[in-house]
Amino acid sequence: MSGLSLHKKLEENIGLLIFGILFVSSLGGLVQILPLLNQDMTEAAKNTRVYSALELTGRDIYIREGCSVCHSQQVRPLIAEIERYGPYSRAEEFIYDRPFLWGSKRTGPDLHRVGGKFSDDWHRVHLVDPRAVVSESIMPGYPWLARRNATQAGNIVAKMRGLRYLGHPYSDEDIEAAPGQLEGLKEIDALIVYLQRLGTAYTGERSQ
Amino acid sequence: MIDVNNSTYHDKVVIRLIQFSVIWAVVAMTVGVYLSAELIWPTIDFGQFWLSFGRLRPLHTNGILFGFGVSALMGTAFYSVQRTSHVPLFAPKLAWFCCFAWQLVVLTGGISLLGGMTSSKEYAELEWPFDIAITIVWVCFGIVFFGTIATRKIKQIYISNWFYGSLIIVIAMLHIVNSLAIPVSLTKSYSIYAGAQDAVVQWWYGHNAVGFLMTGGYLGMMYYFLPKQAGRPIWSYRLSVVAFWAFVYSYIWAGPHHLHFSAIPEWVQSLAVVMSIILLLPSWASMINGIMTVSTAWEKLKTDPALKFIVLSLAFYGLATFEGPMMALRSVNVVSHFTDWTIGHVHSGALGWNAMVTYGTFYFLVPRLVGVELHSVRLANIHFWLALAGTMLYIIAMWGAGVSQGLLWLSIDEIGELSFSFKDIMSSMTPYYALRLVAGLIFLGGTVLMAYNLFMTLKGRDAVVVKVPPVDPAYGVNS
Ligand code: HEC
Ligand code: HEM
Ligand code: HEM
Repeated sequence: MSGLSLHKKLEENIGLLIFGILFVSSLGGLVQILPLLNQDMTEAAKNTRVYSALELTGRDIYIREGCSVCHSQQVRPLIAEIERYGPYSRAEEFIYDRPFLWGSKRTGPDLHRVGGKFSDDWHRVHLVDPRAVVSESIMPGYPWLARRNATQAGNIVAKMRGLRYLGHPYSDEDIEAAPGQLEGLKEIDALIVYLQRLGTAYTGERSQ
Repeated sequence: MIDVNNSTYHDKVVIRLIQFSVIWAVVAMTVGVYLSAELIWPTIDFGQFWLSFGRLRPLHTNGILFGFGVSALMGTAFYSVQRTSHVPLFAPKLAWFCCFAWQLVVLTGGISLLGGMTSSKEYAELEWPFDIAITIVWVCFGIVFFGTIATRKIKQIYISNWFYGSLIIVIAMLHIVNSLAIPVSLTKSYSIYAGAQDAVVQWWYGHNAVGFLMTGGYLGMMYYFLPKQAGRPIWSYRLSVVAFWAFVYSYIWAGPHHLHFSAIPEWVQSLAVVMSIILLLPSWASMINGIMTVSTAWEKLKTDPALKFIVLSLAFYGLATFEGPMMALRSVNVVSHFTDWTIGHVHSGALGWNAMVTYGTFYFLVPRLVGVELHSVRLANIHFWLALAGTMLYIIAMWGAGVSQGLLWLSIDEIGELSFSFKDIMSSMTPYYALRLVAGLIFLGGTVLMAYNLFMTLKGRDAVVVKVPPVDPAYGVNS
């Protein structure tokens, strides 16, 4: 069949046209995505620490407040960037990130290596009123994080069970102990614990 | 035998969708202006969580894309698919359901974003209950659209329907795959993909949401309304067909250009570069096709604001699809990535192309739907200049901001130390952000003028009843 007569069929048959669009548009995704989904991550999993109950709570607050619209978590392998932020980011470090938080805009600095860069107290002041420590900052303040209890940020037991279902290695004891670990803390405490762990959880040999 | 037909087109639902679209445009652009102001005066969120930048920004993008964008695309698709098929809408009640259910999804979804319910994946922020609702409405949209085509009286399926069709099919595929997640409560779920995999899936979605919603759907609009408005057939039908398949094939591969220098495999990034360059061809083919279509009707451009908007939108489409492939080159992306340059690129497409082609279409369509002249051609002409000025100013401001950010962040001195601190670079952005605020206000002002103009045109009037015209047997389904 010549190309033209095949095309005439498509132009006149809606079923074929729908199928044609679906077929042609799915090729790229299949080639690019499927190999990644089949990658072996067992080596990475051995060397990466899963998020603790408190860190996970902090991370979900980070997502809720949309910190990722202004902050990336992806240090690129460029001299200036390694100088400014620290070692560049590797795939192994993100295997427990659901969703990924690499971001697409740096209105504020990259945060992937921010763990340990500032004291907890600095963060506590900065998050509530950034201009108290960085006078010209354009980052918003988050006063409500200091008022709300960490237990208000979602049901931690259900969250850890959901993640365990997806393959995160939480034991029954981990999950049972979780609510107790949030007791008496504010949301801001959980967020700071998360920020302080960023970029520090991978202990293995770095590949590449 | 001439097929005599007593049925009439369903246009009331089209009017309703256009009204919703205009409302969303004003709301979401107002949010955009507020965001611009927050980047200059960060304390104007007054310590209120729902005014906080991180929550308002997704409201801007979702309100624009899904409120303004999809309502307009749905309305114009319903209008044009009836005319090109010579039948009334298939399942008109379902069309009404799509119209109202969609508004409900966008409204409640918007509120949920302010409440902090978000997946954080760009343009797919809405949580799982909304993802399910979107899927249902989208399938109904598909049934109405493809059902109308399936019952058509004209043999050939016109090119605009292919573009609208690709919007419906590909967005459905992307949305479902990217949104797969395990719910842990009504307001929270975890993606089934993690880390680098999640990144690749998300930008496969994100880039093609741009590709098939902000480009494919609007090309459908262009391919129907531009020839109508110019009173000329499309310049080269064959070119439009080739451009279509090249567009559907190559767009899908380009997503990883959003992930240059990141922790995803090199070959995926390189493939995306090649495909992004190739994308220039189908993009410019459609632009050239559109411009050549008007090339014998230039005199209309002097008097007709609707045509002016559509032709200008093609110029900005050409600009954005030239800039895009350049930014996909790793050597350019190293500077532009993470900066306001991206924001400038986005809005050259968003304001210059998406918004303007929609405005032109509305100015053409609304008077026609109620059978009167536009309330004020003068206001529409003023709107044209406001839109052009606002867009240019926005892009220029963001180019300035983006290029200087990108270069200053990367600059190191002779002994290998960083030349500038992040804070200093951040502080130097204020003038650019102020310029962008002005640009946004100008653009929003124009949009409000249009809202008033269309409101006055529609006020107290009902849709004119249009009978389905007889079909020339030479083009009929049974010929
Ligand atoms: C409007 C954009 C914006 C949002 C939203 C935002 N930030 Fe920032 N952030 C900035 C800017 C700009 C700076 C640099 C100035 C400063 O240090 O305050 C910054 C700095 C920081 C720093 C210090 C980093 C360093 O290396 O100096 C941390 C930590 C931080 N932000 C955390 C957060 C967290 C956590 C959230 C969400 C709760 C958040 N930010 C939301 C813009 C933002
Ligand atoms: C040939 C066509 C195009 C190509 C190859 C292209 C390429 C790109 C590239 C390389 C980026 C930057 C990614 C990054 O560094 O983070 C980008 C961002 C973007 N482009 Fe395009 N572009 C094209 C056309 C368009 C058009 C027509 C529009 C819209 C109307 C558009 C909307 C966007 C959006 C919304 C983003 C921002 C995504 C984000 O980071 O959130 N693009 N594009
Ligand atoms: C009055 C007009 C508008 C103004 C003032 C405005 C302003 C803004 C601002 C301030 C941002 C955030 C930038 C940042 O984080 O640094 C933004 C993002 C965005 N806007 Fe607009 N906007 C307007 C119209 C539009 C329109 C009409 C569209 C789409 C058709 C659009 C689509 C987007 C998108 C997709 C983003 C996200 C970009 C990214 O993530 O890279 N905007 N806008």
